[in-house]
Amino acid sequence: MTSFQINGRAVTVDAEDDTPLLWVIRDVIGLTGTKFGCGIGMCGACTVHVGGRPTRSCITPLASVAGAAVTTIEGLGGGHPVQKAWADLQVPQCGYCQSGQIMQAVSLLNDFPSPTDQDIDAVMSGNLCRCMTYVRIRAAIKQAAAQSEKVAAHE
Amino acid sequence: MNELAHHSVLSRRAFLVGLTGTAVMFSFAPVEVIADESGSSPFEPTIWYSIDGSGIVTVNTIRAEMGQHIGTAIARILADELEVEWSNVRIFAVDTDPKWGPMSTGGSKSVWLDFPIYSRAGAAGRIALIEAGATLLGVSPSQCDARQGAVFAGNQSISYGEIVRRGELTRKFMSDELAKLPIKPASERRLIGKKTDALDIPAKINGAARYGIDAAVPDMVYARPKIPPTRYGSVVRSVDDSAAKRVKGYLTSLVLDDPSNLVPGWVVVCATSYPAAIRAADLVKVDWTPGDSAKVSEQDVLDHGARQIAALQGGTLLVDDPGIDSAFHAAASTLERTYTTASALHVQLEPVNALAFEKDGRFEIHAGNQNQSLTLTMLSKALRLPRESIIIRAYPIGGGFGRRLNGDYAVPAALAAKALRKPVKLVLTRSDDMRFDSFRSPSIQKLRLTFDAQGKVTGMEHHASAGWPTEAGVTRAGLPKAPDGNPYDPFAIDGADHWYNVGAQRVRALSNDLALSAFRPGYLRSVGPGWTNWAVETFMDEAALMARADPVAFRLGLLDGSGRNAGTAPNSVGGAKRQAAVLKRAAEKAGWGTPMPKDTALGVATTFGQARSMPTWVGCVARVRVNRRTGAIAVEKLTIVVDAGTLVHPDGALAQVEGSALWGLSLALYEGTEFVKGEVKDTNLDTYTPLRIGDVPELDIELVDSIEAPVGLGEPGTTVVAPAIGNAIFAATGVRLRHLPIRPADVLKALAS
Repeated sequence: MTSFQINGRAVTVDAEDDTPLLWVIRDVIGLTGTKFGCGIGMCGACTVHVGGRPTRSCITPLASVAGAAVTTIEGLGGGHPVQKAWADLQVPQCGYCQSGQIMQAVSLLNDFPSPTDQDIDAVMSGNLCRCMTYVRIRAAIKQAAAQSEKVAAHE
Repeated sequence: MNELAHHSVLSRRAFLVGLTGTAVMFSFAPVEVIADESGSSPFEPTIWYSIDGSGIVTVNTIRAEMGQHIGTAIARILADELEVEWSNVRIFAVDTDPKWGPMSTGGSKSVWLDFPIYSRAGAAGRIALIEAGATLLGVSPSQCDARQGAVFAGNQSISYGEIVRRGELTRKFMSDELAKLPIKPASERRLIGKKTDALDIPAKINGAARYGIDAAVPDMVYARPKIPPTRYGSVVRSVDDSAAKRVKGYLTSLVLDDPSNLVPGWVVVCATSYPAAIRAADLVKVDWTPGDSAKVSEQDVLDHGARQIAALQGGTLLVDDPGIDSAFHAAASTLERTYTTASALHVQLEPVNALAFEKDGRFEIHAGNQNQSLTLTMLSKALRLPRESIIIRAYPIGGGFGRRLNGDYAVPAALAAKALRKPVKLVLTRSDDMRFDSFRSPSIQKLRLTFDAQGKVTGMEHHASAGWPTEAGVTRAGLPKAPDGNPYDPFAIDGADHWYNVGAQRVRALSNDLALSAFRPGYLRSVGPGWTNWAVETFMDEAALMARADPVAFRLGLLDGSGRNAGTAPNSVGGAKRQAAVLKRAAEKAGWGTPMPKDTALGVATTFGQARSMPTWVGCVARVRVNRRTGAIAVEKLTIVVDAGTLVHPDGALAQVEGSALWGLSLALYEGTEFVKGEVKDTNLDTYTPLRIGDVPELDIELVDSIEAPVGLGEPGTTVVAPAIGNAIFAATGVRLRHLPIRPADVLKALAS
């Protein structure tokens, strides 16, 4: 039995300690927005936040998130500035990697509110987009950053 | 491929408008009534779209949504002619049913195929609604017009929804009438060519989109396969699951009995959860007798192709002009070069998977799929059931790129469900998926060109050998025939029949039967044109060099649009002149001819996209910097100009060019694997390394403003990039590379020699 929070809700899961978090989120909790891509942490499709940090859920054992707060794409609520920028710039094509891209981009902007191209390359290079929507991913990250700066300036 | 059959649907069927329940249906009569278009036969209408009593239009599409936003494009085509508010339009991706006719999505053909169908369907609906609306308003139809989902006559109007609620709406358009229906002139279009958001995108941003891998039913069993050591011919000698029994949730290991021979030697490991299935499969030991291809490797396939090309007999002649041999005999000089490409993998990010179960006497398959018609044939054979007893439910696809044109992955799920008498959700891990890929075959091509004493090009030969994907899918007998009467796979040779005027021409396609027996050659984004254009466009640069001509000027000289290259209405109006135009424009935009820094140069390539029947004209200039010390190639900028005729959904069109061009770059420099003793060498993303965000060059993409027939955009951008890069490397260093992918080691080796 492992207890943790997911998208602000407390859950207790009866699964082996070393079960990858990805499958717990998808098949036990039923939140399927987080995707299975490579199983070895090389594509980023399974990216969620654990304690606010971007985490590859496919290689994260369930027991390691005991007591932690996990956030998935569903937990962003749909209106997050990054999601708005993604819609504005029509980023997704097949869409399969985009939950992971968005979760990674949210972390990037938390760490680097005004990221340079080098920051974007460094932080986003672990997220493969097979449709190669990279041009729009970069543009959307910059738009979300600019939007956040504008909001901050008004506060 | 069977889209062409679908294309003719419009001309062969009657179009029907009729009220059922609360909605009006706009439909084509089914195939069965084609023979009797008088309409006296009983029929069940085939529904293409409907309008309900509140005016909501639901557009049915057979096309798979896999990133191209195809539903949005189709719905825009329909809604424009029907004259409805875009906000009232919905898309519905249909499940398989014989009433839809052939179902497949590939070859960059969807918009090209669907434009005439949905625009006329929209026009027919508009006319029927105007007639019914006129009756209800008590005026003549000629006094009415339709816009924004309503019929107007002077200062009166009635909404489509109200017509549906009140109307006795029955109208039939015979095929000749339908063919003559007035389609809007481009100047009156309200939706086509205008910017809009794609309807599939919101669910792909908030996690709500449900792909095949997300499909679930109660009490389903999870499964993962043990992939045998060869694609064909492996036989299971024994299965030892003693270690797997320690995995909590492990159920059983099934040795599949597969009458379709699509998954011979497969063992499917079943468990109560997917992680348990992964773990158990790792522990199940299977002893196989491998098939013959355990002795076959990449170089064997290429060597076999080289022998096929060297033997002057054999193969299929797509083009064989009478003067070709005399042109070579009379030549003042001849250029001959050989080009090769390595095996390349799809690695679509959603691993192939399927949920299968039996329900009410029918088998249901829940899976993303690009060719339901072919998949039904596979399943019918495997399950020994008539096609009508199997249904494939539609899902958005987490990456198609041609992998899901081959629906073979549904077969093991169905066989396991049949054996267990329970729903089975089979998911391949990434490694399983890559080992079971129907990857892009290695290719080898020999090109020859002749010049006369005045330096004029007088003849060209193109010989190409590769594993033919369509032969793997439909058998040799099902292939189209070339003018010489022999079968061929257009998807393995399109591109070689280019639009350059080169005097007498010969194009010979060879099915690499060693490839075909050793693995299952697949369709990989741009398919044949991905390798034929690598050869043609590298060769054109080599020919320009031999002619001491500028590579752009040399090409423009051959793209004169005369003779067979003049083009025909509606799809290739303007012919090679449109190709010349995009080439010129790309060169101009990229600053062709301006001095570049050291070890930096521009390279050019131009293609007609996927096929002569629906050319998408593409010109590309790559700006490349070569590091002579490491051999690393930095692609700094790609300038691409595309003429795809009418752009239905311009932002979707741009997105397709962005993605397909970067696929071209990825295939040129970052991908490519090797077939080794019956298996691909790379089995995950640790060693197979597609382009990442930091490798993306500056992209300058221009889409030509055109009102010509819409053609395809999913793949054409892929076809130009590799040769443009190779040509730029030559311009920067004088080193000519003739194999894809281009690795730093190849560059270093060439620089040293």
